[in-house]
Amino acid sequence: MKEFNYTITDPEGIHARPAGLFVKQAAGFPCAVTIIKDGKEADAKRILGVMGLGVKQGQEITIRTDGDQEAEAAEALEKFFKENL
Amino acid sequence: MGAKAGIAVFAPVHWTGIFLSEKGEEMELQGKSVFGGVAIGRISIYKKKDNVVKRTKVDDVDAELERFEKARVKAQEQLAGLHDKAMKEVGEAEAAVFEVHQMFLDDLDLIEQVQNIVKNESINAEYAVARTGDNMSEMFANMDDEYMRGRAADVLDVCNRVVSVLQGAGDTGFTATEPSILLADDLAPSETVQLDKSLVLSFVTRHGSTSSHTAILARTMGIPALISVDYPEDADGKMGIVDGTEGKIIIDPDSATIEVYKKKLEKELEKKKMLQELKDKPTETIDGHSIHLYSNIGGVGDVASVLENGSEGVGLFRSEFLYLESSDFPSEETQFKAYRTVLENMAGKKVIIRTLDIGADKQVDYLNLGDEENPALGYRAIRICLTQQDIFKTQLRALLRASYYGNLGIMFPMIISVDEVHQIKDILAEVKKELDDAGVQYKDPEIGIMVETPAAVLLSEELGKEVDFFSIGTNDLTQYTLAIDRQNAKLENINDPHHPAVLRAIQMTIENGHKGGAWVGICGELGADTTLTETFLRMGVDELSVSPGRTLSVRDAVRKVDLSK
Repeated sequence: MKEFNYTITDPEGIHARPAGLFVKQAAGFPCAVTIIKDGKEADAKRILGVMGLGVKQGQEITIRTDGDQEAEAAEALEKFFKENL
Repeated sequence: MGAKAGIAVFAPVHWTGIFLSEKGEEMELQGKSVFGGVAIGRISIYKKKDNVVKRTKVDDVDAELERFEKARVKAQEQLAGLHDKAMKEVGEAEAAVFEVHQMFLDDLDLIEQVQNIVKNESINAEYAVARTGDNMSEMFANMDDEYMRGRAADVLDVCNRVVSVLQGAGDTGFTATEPSILLADDLAPSETVQLDKSLVLSFVTRHGSTSSHTAILARTMGIPALISVDYPEDADGKMGIVDGTEGKIIIDPDSATIEVYKKKLEKELEKKKMLQELKDKPTETIDGHSIHLYSNIGGVGDVASVLENGSEGVGLFRSEFLYLESSDFPSEETQFKAYRTVLENMAGKKVIIRTLDIGADKQVDYLNLGDEENPALGYRAIRICLTQQDIFKTQLRALLRASYYGNLGIMFPMIISVDEVHQIKDILAEVKKELDDAGVQYKDPEIGIMVETPAAVLLSEELGKEVDFFSIGTNDLTQYTLAIDRQNAKLENINDPHHPAVLRAIQMTIENGHKGGAWVGICGELGADTTLTETFLRMGVDELSVSPGRTLSVRDAVRKVDLSK
């Protein structure tokens, strides 16, 4: 299992478009990917769940990957957050 | 498309006696303005599809699941088609919503919820989809963020689409045949995109927010729009007036009111006409000498007015807002996004961004500049950048990365020596190498300097060999040349921007710039002074950059000049 934390800098938070891109990336890996905010978890492969967390600018989230290719997934997703959110 | 729709606002100038209310009982309703302007015309209420979904038992659950899947695929196809249509008609920003809808329709939470309801209750797909839509939109509607609450409408819209496919429903909606004022509860993006926009004079909605899709569309089309108007259903077919500036709609106006608004509309029409006429014309003198007419802007949000006013590019994009609006240094990413947005929206037109121009007169806490005795002559602009190079490099990296997305020029303020330009070029080369090493793509932007100090004027020949362009900042150049503090009210009577010394400095800069091989523009307030337009043209100026609202009057002035005389 791999985990990393990230604080959202995008003024709009995780809004629809980046949420969609994020979900697409997450879905590309065989491992389970979970996004956690304030103890609330969502399956990162499902956009409505991800958006349902309502992550705003300045809030910290945790991404957890578990299973096949968990290291690659964590690395790719961390890069994605830094570049897009 | 803005232009075409804009004309439509004024198309139905046929209000005559026949539109007058027989009883003369006009009704005025107050709402919230989304976009200003006046519209006069028939009211047409948007008729929502009758989405009564019946709950019926099904015997063959698998067949019902199959029906759902087929409808879902069909809905996806429709969304892909709407996305293409929106791309062509209103642009990428408006089209993006359909991409999001497609992703919603692929969401496993949504799909599984529908499937479970069908399976567990042996119930029809329409009902299962509608209930899922209700459940999921409720989740968004209860969030504490306005943006997310707005997405509740998207979820419902997506589910209604699938329900419609399942029901095989026909078209309803906007049934007007003449240009009309459209009243609706709220409009979903899929509904607005299907509208014949040449028939819409104004949008008025009961619900929705200033950031809803309808509001954004109204702004794009440049037509008056209101939200939060609780209109009566019997308004359909009546005459109406929308005053977008005052945020109100008048239903069944009496003749006196119509007269008042008729005049208002005529005035707008006149202004708009002049604008339309000059908007797409070249900035060219009678004898065919053309210059570039660009805009000065201070934020990403100003781009709309740049395009609206028919400006040919951005001649001065002040990057300060990024620094003044934040509580710490803006990150490379934040800057990159802002620059890229402007470049993308300007779609290949020139965008000249000026690097940080801040000093003791524009304080930001995190810079810790302290108070200075003489801020205008102090530690500011390029002086900060060349001392605290990390700040400068972050901005240059963001600029270079953004350069890939359009036609960028970078401009450096407060230059007083050739050596400063050399230092800048060295730092720029370092940043480029870092990007090369990281494999990041960028284009080679033009680089230029602000000529706003007498030193730069006197060295303009040498400086012209070093850079691609000059932009003369007349406000500071006047202040420094005349040694007059422009904030000091007592000196106002002698602070003359038409002072011969200032004009001679401008002339010298233009001539020397050309000798060195640089093009020369003016971005200060003087650039918009139409009493000097001919003077500048005769001096050989290549570009004028003015605030967007001045664009057309300056173009008008240029087009009246004949340099051959």
